[in-house]
Amino acid sequence: MAKVFAVTVILIAIGSAIPILMHKWVPPVDISTHGPLIDEQLSETMVEAGISFLAAQFILGLFVWKYSNTPKSAKIRNFPGGATGLVTAAVLLVGLEAMALGIFGAKAWASVYFTPPKPDALKIQAQAGQFAFYFRYPGPDGRFGPIHPDLINEGTQNFFGLDPDHDPDSKDDIVTAELAVPVNREVHLLMHAKDVGHSFFVRELRIQQDFVPGLDVSVHFTANKTGRFEIVCTQLCGLGHYNMKAYLSVLSQPDYDTWLKQQATMQ
Amino acid sequence: MATTVHEPPVIDSGHPPRHGASGNGGRGNWVPAAGKVRGVHDHSSAASRTGIWVGLAGITMMFAAFTSALIVRQGSAMDWRHLVLPPVLYLNTAVLLASSVTLEIARRRVAAFARDLEDRVGVPLCWLYLTLGLGLMFVGGQCVAWSQLKAQGLYLATNPSSSFFYVLTAVHLLHMLGGLGGLTLVITRLSRRVPTLRRSTLDTASYYWHFMDVLWLYLLWLLWMRL
Amino acid sequence: MHDMSAHALQHHAPPPGFVRKHIFSLDHKVIGEQYYGLALLAVLIGMVLSWIMRLHLAWPDVHIPGLQLLSKNGAPGGVLTPEYYLQLMTMHGTIMVFFVLTTAPFAAFGNYFLPIQVGAEDMPFPRFNMMSFWVTFVSFCVAVAAFFVPDGPPLSGWTAYAPLSALGAIAGPGQGMGQVLWAVSIAIFCVGQLLGALNFITTTLDMRCKGMSLMRLPLTVWAWFITSCMGLTAFAVLLPACILLFLDHVAGTSFFIPGDLVVSDTLQPHAGGSTLLWQHLFWFFGHPEVYIAIVPGMGIVSHVLITNMRRPMLSHRVLIYSMGALAFLSYMVYGHHMFVSGMNPFSSLAFSFPTLAITIPSTIIVLIWIGSLYGSKLRINSPSLFALGFISLFVSGGVSGFFLAQPSIDIILHATYFVVGHFHLVMALAATFGIFAGTYFWFPKITGRMMNETLGKIHFWFTFVGAYCIFMPFHYLGMAGNVRRYQAFVDDFMQPFIPVHKFITVAALVTGGAQILFLYNLIYSRFRGQPASENPWQATSLEWTIPSPPPFNNFGDRIPVVYHDPYQYGVDGASDDYVMQDSPEQTQSVRDEK
Repeated sequence: MAKVFAVTVILIAIGSAIPILMHKWVPPVDISTHGPLIDEQLSETMVEAGISFLAAQFILGLFVWKYSNTPKSAKIRNFPGGATGLVTAAVLLVGLEAMALGIFGAKAWASVYFTPPKPDALKIQAQAGQFAFYFRYPGPDGRFGPIHPDLINEGTQNFFGLDPDHDPDSKDDIVTAELAVPVNREVHLLMHAKDVGHSFFVRELRIQQDFVPGLDVSVHFTANKTGRFEIVCTQLCGLGHYNMKAYLSVLSQPDYDTWLKQQATMQ
Repeated sequence: MATTVHEPPVIDSGHPPRHGASGNGGRGNWVPAAGKVRGVHDHSSAASRTGIWVGLAGITMMFAAFTSALIVRQGSAMDWRHLVLPPVLYLNTAVLLASSVTLEIARRRVAAFARDLEDRVGVPLCWLYLTLGLGLMFVGGQCVAWSQLKAQGLYLATNPSSSFFYVLTAVHLLHMLGGLGGLTLVITRLSRRVPTLRRSTLDTASYYWHFMDVLWLYLLWLLWMRL
Repeated sequence: MHDMSAHALQHHAPPPGFVRKHIFSLDHKVIGEQYYGLALLAVLIGMVLSWIMRLHLAWPDVHIPGLQLLSKNGAPGGVLTPEYYLQLMTMHGTIMVFFVLTTAPFAAFGNYFLPIQVGAEDMPFPRFNMMSFWVTFVSFCVAVAAFFVPDGPPLSGWTAYAPLSALGAIAGPGQGMGQVLWAVSIAIFCVGQLLGALNFITTTLDMRCKGMSLMRLPLTVWAWFITSCMGLTAFAVLLPACILLFLDHVAGTSFFIPGDLVVSDTLQPHAGGSTLLWQHLFWFFGHPEVYIAIVPGMGIVSHVLITNMRRPMLSHRVLIYSMGALAFLSYMVYGHHMFVSGMNPFSSLAFSFPTLAITIPSTIIVLIWIGSLYGSKLRINSPSLFALGFISLFVSGGVSGFFLAQPSIDIILHATYFVVGHFHLVMALAATFGIFAGTYFWFPKITGRMMNETLGKIHFWFTFVGAYCIFMPFHYLGMAGNVRRYQAFVDDFMQPFIPVHKFITVAALVTGGAQILFLYNLIYSRFRGQPASENPWQATSLEWTIPSPPPFNNFGDRIPVVYHDPYQYGVDGASDDYVMQDSPEQTQSVRDEK
């Protein structure tokens, strides 16, 4: 039975590693400028975690195989180096490894969160509500009109609660259901939650950030590949959570300009 | 593997010898000899004395959580309105402090009674009743404070400051009921024809009572500072 | 404060009457069994809920016969609605985390064996102990009652993030009465666990028998002691959080609800609350809770393994210190649940390093276990198989922590199936294996009969292989971007994952079905199992020095005295290969190497 256990554990370990080695189950291709750092961090972590995982399972299997049929008369032996050796190994190998990962990983985190957006970044407002995303572009004046929560009404399609009759800044604001951004241009996304917590997750963009009701949160990113990608909500927000999504279109500058004009006429 | 010759068993010393003891306090120790409080060596102190500190640690943690919630909530928005504490609270505080003093006196009197220095059980009982009365007065006073706030139009949901006021005072009062229960138990035990009060029960109840006192002072300070 | 003398006066004889003996019993052993029974009932409900969810995920239109009886609106014709999926998911999480993973390894086994292992007759506050169980039971009933209120249970997940959880019925089905019941249930649960923790800590500190110094306590006792210290602080924080949530619901306060929220085109009458406050309070409890679930398992597994390896661990002390370090660190890392929550990004980094540091004590514990296998005389039986399985699962679930501890990687893995796989392996499954190991190991002591070995082994193989088949693919799905808490994968991106989900569902059904073997074994062996001797595993700790099942007051009239460290196996010069803790035999002691 011990041998069966040993073989099973080792087979499970190998079996678990195969899909990873086949590179079938990996995040979709990155389209952001900060993404490579995260991807690199992910693969480094995978190597280290993978080695620890395989080593631990193999040794576990090996020891169970080897020491299960020890004759009754045999004397107990201690692992060479004993507890001291193992503690040292844990602290030195795994501890340092983990800390090193943490330190290098901080760089990737910093690239997303610690660098302020450039002043000329394209400002877009995103609003999440049960169960849709809406986006607002400031229009030619570059300013967002104020939000009046009491005016928010899905029926009249006033998703942001704008009052263009009284707020001049709101007049040229463009509200869309799709997020279109120009390629290779930094975007500063101002995030606003209408009702409960939601999250903005674009897998390819390597961006995930919660919308926090009552709190102004923002993220900034630069997409460097054109295409159409899914924005999903990842913060449980109610019965329609599974269906709460929008699309991110990364367009070339001319395409983006055309798109924006088109949207402006549709307001 | 280092092997050493085993030392003889370590047995705690420094405690009086116990009849039928199982170590640091077993059930066997808890039976008062001949059911009398006088002259009983209290062997069972350890468990309830440790227990009360553990319990108080839990209560402390709970109020720490409330405190941090209050601080975070106050910092999260500009809607915090200053609240003038109802003056009756200061009277309540005095009452509660006085009850701690009377309880301490009662404790000494019980000790004297147990050591036969005091003949009448009525003397310690009197002090205990006084403490209980003061405690009930505090409870009543807190209710007066609530009605005063209500008279000002400040309800639970009016403002975060009033919300926290009601929540903190109510939770404290809830814990006070535990103290009152403990005190009642002490009184019942002591006023039986053959008193069955154990020293540890009295001590535990009074630690709890004093802790409620200190906790109230802290809350008053917090409410005064923050609201 | 507390009356013990009334009970003490009648000690040495069990209380007369069925009710006092089996229902409102003050006996820690009965209370332990009651907790175990509650956990068993809860785990059955929780498992059936997970089956329903798995079936629905793999075949969204599947008609589950009989489901419409549970909720006409939630499952018309036996097909889950989106909201009912989330409601079942909430209940699955709540029931499993609170009523199984907290009660079984900690409250059930702890209540039964902690007093015996320290050589005490009972816990010091038996009434609190009885209250602890019955309060927990009431809490369970309140939680389950949510199924039967008109809108059903809440859909906000076991984490109940505000403001979804605080806004009331307008936020979604079940968010009214269901969520109120949830908050009340969890608040009551906290009270029960606080009472339990009070007893556990005091028993460990004060009720030890003669000679039982702290370092002579078995590892199980240490694990329960450390767990109860965590429980005392963690549940004391969740309780206020639930009170405030409750008030937001019923009293119109705004602790967790900010202003200007528009739900269903209605402006909400709240202002100024902090949604992150709930997350901070919840996770300050939530992370220690993970360790509350797993540390008792570590203790049980160590205890079972040592007995079956016929040798002590390489170092008794290092294991204790490592478990203590885990508990200590668990308070400094809770923010890693909130990396992308809008918390200050500097805090994310500050939380990431202690999280990574947790790998150190965890690795030490695993290395000591594996290192102790070396040169041992391992016996393979059901308890030891489950203990070995625990190690394997704990490692597998643990390494994925490397990823999630780093905020940068968390950006892509947060809220995906990777997280689900991680915590199910490392916390849920590993803890369950700890429960199984404990059950097979202590069953003969509790009932006086052995469990069936063959059935036990078959049960192990199904559960072990099944666990990996279910939860390993979760990691792959998560890395590929499959987000969690979705009732269906309707978009182009996640459609291709559905075959994997079908595989997982089949694995879950088979693995879950195999648990019938365990149930059968439990019931059959209770009445028909081989009679067990006093010490069938040739173990050394105090619970094996008394008859099986133990008499009412554990040690009878004998007062145990402890002469030895807890795990004296492979002793030179002993009459057997082990020396019981209370044996006065003078021998060469097996000690930690210095």
